[in-house]
Amino acid sequence: MATINVLILVCLGYVVFLFAVAFAADRMAAAGRGKWLRSPLIYTLSLSIYCTAWTFYGAVGNAARSGLEFVTIYLGPTLVMVSWWWGLRKLVRVGRSQRVTSIADLLSSRYGKSNTLAVCVTILAVLGGTPYIALQLQSITLSFSIFAEADPSGLYREGSSVFWVAAGLAVFAILFGTRNLDVNERHHGVVTAIAVEAVVKLFALIAVGVFVVWGIAGGVGPMMERIDASEIGQWNVDAGRWTTFIFLSAAAFICLPRMFQVLVVENDDEGHLRTAAWAFPLYLLLMSLFVVPIAVVGLDLLPEGANPDLFVLTVPLSQGNDWLAMLSFIGGFSSATSMVIVSAMALSTMVSNHVVMPIWLNTHEGTGSVSGDVRSVVLMARRISIAAIMALGYFYYRLSGGGAALASIGLIAFAGISQILPALVGGLFWRGATRTGALVGLTVGFIFWIYTLLLPGMGEPWMPETVLQNGLFGLGWLRPHALFGIEGIDPMVHTVMWSLSLNTIAFCVASLLSFPSPLERLQGAQFVNVFDHSVSPRGWSGSVAQSEDLMIMTQRILGTSPAQDFFQTEAEKQGGRSHMPEPTPGFLNRLERELSGSVGTATAHAMIGQIVGGSSVSVEDLLAVADESAQLLEYSGQLEEKSSELSRTARQLREANTKLTQISEQKDSFLSQVSHELRTPMTSIRAFSEIMRDTEGLTNEEQTRYAAIIHDEALRLTRLLDDLLDLSVLENGQVNLNLSDDSLRSVLDRAVSSALAGADRKITVRRTFPAERILLHTDLDRLGQVFINLISNAQKYCDAEEPVLVISAHDVGGRVIIDFTDNGSGIPPGARSMVFEKFARVGVDKAGGAGLGLAICREIMQRLGGEITYLPGQGGAAFRVSLPLAFQQAAQ
Amino acid sequence: MSGEGNKDKPSGARPSLFLERQSYRRRRLTDAARLSPFLGATLLALPLLWPDRSSGGAAVPLSSAMYYIFACWGALILAGLIFGIAARRISAREERDADIE
Repeated sequence: MATINVLILVCLGYVVFLFAVAFAADRMAAAGRGKWLRSPLIYTLSLSIYCTAWTFYGAVGNAARSGLEFVTIYLGPTLVMVSWWWGLRKLVRVGRSQRVTSIADLLSSRYGKSNTLAVCVTILAVLGGTPYIALQLQSITLSFSIFAEADPSGLYREGSSVFWVAAGLAVFAILFGTRNLDVNERHHGVVTAIAVEAVVKLFALIAVGVFVVWGIAGGVGPMMERIDASEIGQWNVDAGRWTTFIFLSAAAFICLPRMFQVLVVENDDEGHLRTAAWAFPLYLLLMSLFVVPIAVVGLDLLPEGANPDLFVLTVPLSQGNDWLAMLSFIGGFSSATSMVIVSAMALSTMVSNHVVMPIWLNTHEGTGSVSGDVRSVVLMARRISIAAIMALGYFYYRLSGGGAALASIGLIAFAGISQILPALVGGLFWRGATRTGALVGLTVGFIFWIYTLLLPGMGEPWMPETVLQNGLFGLGWLRPHALFGIEGIDPMVHTVMWSLSLNTIAFCVASLLSFPSPLERLQGAQFVNVFDHSVSPRGWSGSVAQSEDLMIMTQRILGTSPAQDFFQTEAEKQGGRSHMPEPTPGFLNRLERELSGSVGTATAHAMIGQIVGGSSVSVEDLLAVADESAQLLEYSGQLEEKSSELSRTARQLREANTKLTQISEQKDSFLSQVSHELRTPMTSIRAFSEIMRDTEGLTNEEQTRYAAIIHDEALRLTRLLDDLLDLSVLENGQVNLNLSDDSLRSVLDRAVSSALAGADRKITVRRTFPAERILLHTDLDRLGQVFINLISNAQKYCDAEEPVLVISAHDVGGRVIIDFTDNGSGIPPGARSMVFEKFARVGVDKAGGAGLGLAICREIMQRLGGEITYLPGQGGAAFRVSLPLAFQQAAQ
Repeated sequence: MSGEGNKDKPSGARPSLFLERQSYRRRRLTDAARLSPFLGATLLALPLLWPDRSSGGAAVPLSSAMYYIFACWGALILAGLIFGIAARRISAREERDADIE
């Protein structure tokens, strides 16, 4: 029989072996050798800290009590690993790109570097983690006691052994967990030691399993028959617990601080996930393969009342197989130690970064660059945190008495830490998740977890029986195990369902109602779209003088030579000759990230902020810059609009100028024309009047003829002057309209007869008489004047051999349209825009009037509320006159 | 198969068809990898429909339940292994192609 002394010796030997492994691994990593230290295999094995002593011993106990239910605790993580593409890949990428040091750091970073949130998560993690550590201590003590019972010397004392175990684990965690600070240099020693322990515990459990199946039961077939014949030999699983536990273990697998540590923080290469995705489930499967056989054989062989939690040890012992029992003990010891070490490390990082350091920085406000050695403060904070957490675990164990209350603590801790899940998943996948939402959700879930699970589990002084029976303040719907009056649910399922659903609802509602700060929104985008970009959102700026201060501070945090190396590389990167880099925003960002690996993001931000001070480029500044550039953009848009408006105006001016020049030319030609027109009759009047004055003996006949000529010429002059006067009257709007009613036909009749009376050239006028039966109410004389002008124009200028004028009329919805189309060559395109101008004459060579006719027509038509236009493409000159059937005053 | 035939040809012969095929395969493979956890969850929820002691009838013996659950588990692991290997091979081949180009 192995004595307790041998056992202690083996334990100590094992621990020394682990120390050696961790030390060697650290040395190899530091020397740059040992690529296998960063292999996917080590990564996968390090994940096995999920399998604690609670699962090593407790799974068999659980199986002995409730059959296959224990397997849910392994199935949850299996599903998470298999679905790594959905979640873990993103989580690891975010963790690496943001250099997070813990799950609290991740949430704080996501929600705008909120330290409040980080403190909340830290408290939750410590609250959930301490009982868990106590549970590990208990399992080690229990396994010791099994051997102690068999040891006749009776030297073993439970209390002192727990103390020494706790102290030893604390020392191990401190030695290897706080040797270096930068997470970039990861904890190779610890991770390798954990990987070794993973192999040991798997080997131990499989060894016991093989012994049980082939050594005791006699093969797989008989074993299965034995299982079916046992008291747990039938499928009997509560549906609610089955699904809840799978979900819960999956959630805890991501949220547990120690799992986050090995899964994300210690991850060297994202590609390792690909291997771990199948290798870790395989590990879990092997761990649970022999659980049921061991439980069944234990129930068969051992006396009634034996603790099923220790079957792994007691079954080999009862068969006298001491060495196998020893191996199994080492396996359990491995499970407990690896969990405790990583847990203490992860929790201490959170405590020191989010609780101790902010407090320390606050009390040393403004002196971040001058007083004390920050590096040693950080390290000391971590060491003390580890010791404190171990002490908490120890005292929890002592106070709770290590009874059965501890057995259920694993699931209680799972439920507690899972409260982080909504904020975590929301933060990774939903940009709208806000800090307020995360805080509110976390608080709600936390309160419900404490009230419905933690306190009732702790018993009488914490949760009085009356509250349990009648609810808080006697309110029935507040009973811890039957919230809102819904009874009969398993307490675990009840808590998980209510706390997580209310947590999620509170998180979503508060996120929807609150408004995130700019930094939060930027970080949100960085997290949710981590695969699109991985650049830090903030920038710093500073002066050269601050570089030295930064150097001093960095030396204190990272250590002298790493800091100098870092600054040297940066200076070389900038191409400067001095060994001090310019504090460019890029450099400051890298520095901040480097520092955040040691002291957490929020602290690093604060420290650089202290030195670089007010000159930091804050998000508000960036927003201001964005605003400014938006304004510039708008301004330049306005300028563009103005310039295009100007060019439009210039074009119009150019057009107007061309027109003016044309008009001026026409005026000139008109003036010469009008002088010619005036001079011709004047000349003949003068000539004939001189003849009449100076010539003697004119016959009466001759006198009459000469006087008639003078009269005619005077009439011509008068007509010309009348036209000019008429036009000026029309243009000035001084005309009086003489409105009357008549049909279009009679107006046209009069116009045709007066236009063609005494004409020297013949022109055929074709009309559509039926269509002309339109009654008009307008100034008929003025309209007739327009018609006469158009008809006589056709008569004068139509150059066809047999000139024909077609006059057609239409009534189009209240307006009458009359077209005058001749069969001549029409007006050349260049002159069309000018025909209605005053003094316009088509072709100077063509004999004709003064060029006022069409100008007068246009003015008249405007007065009558209509218009006159030239119709191109009619085979000859074509004018369209359109006017309302009934003249209205408003048309003026 | 044309895809197999193309593999042996020097790159640049008809690279577009080859890459198209590869990226298509890769997409479908990641689809399958993404869907497998849902399949797994469904398979693991199925035992809840089995008769147990409370239903009065003959409950499923525990050995059968163990066979079923461990078989599902093994299938999930195997699927993960296949996806892992295939994804690595595809990404390695793409890198090689990129190098040749």
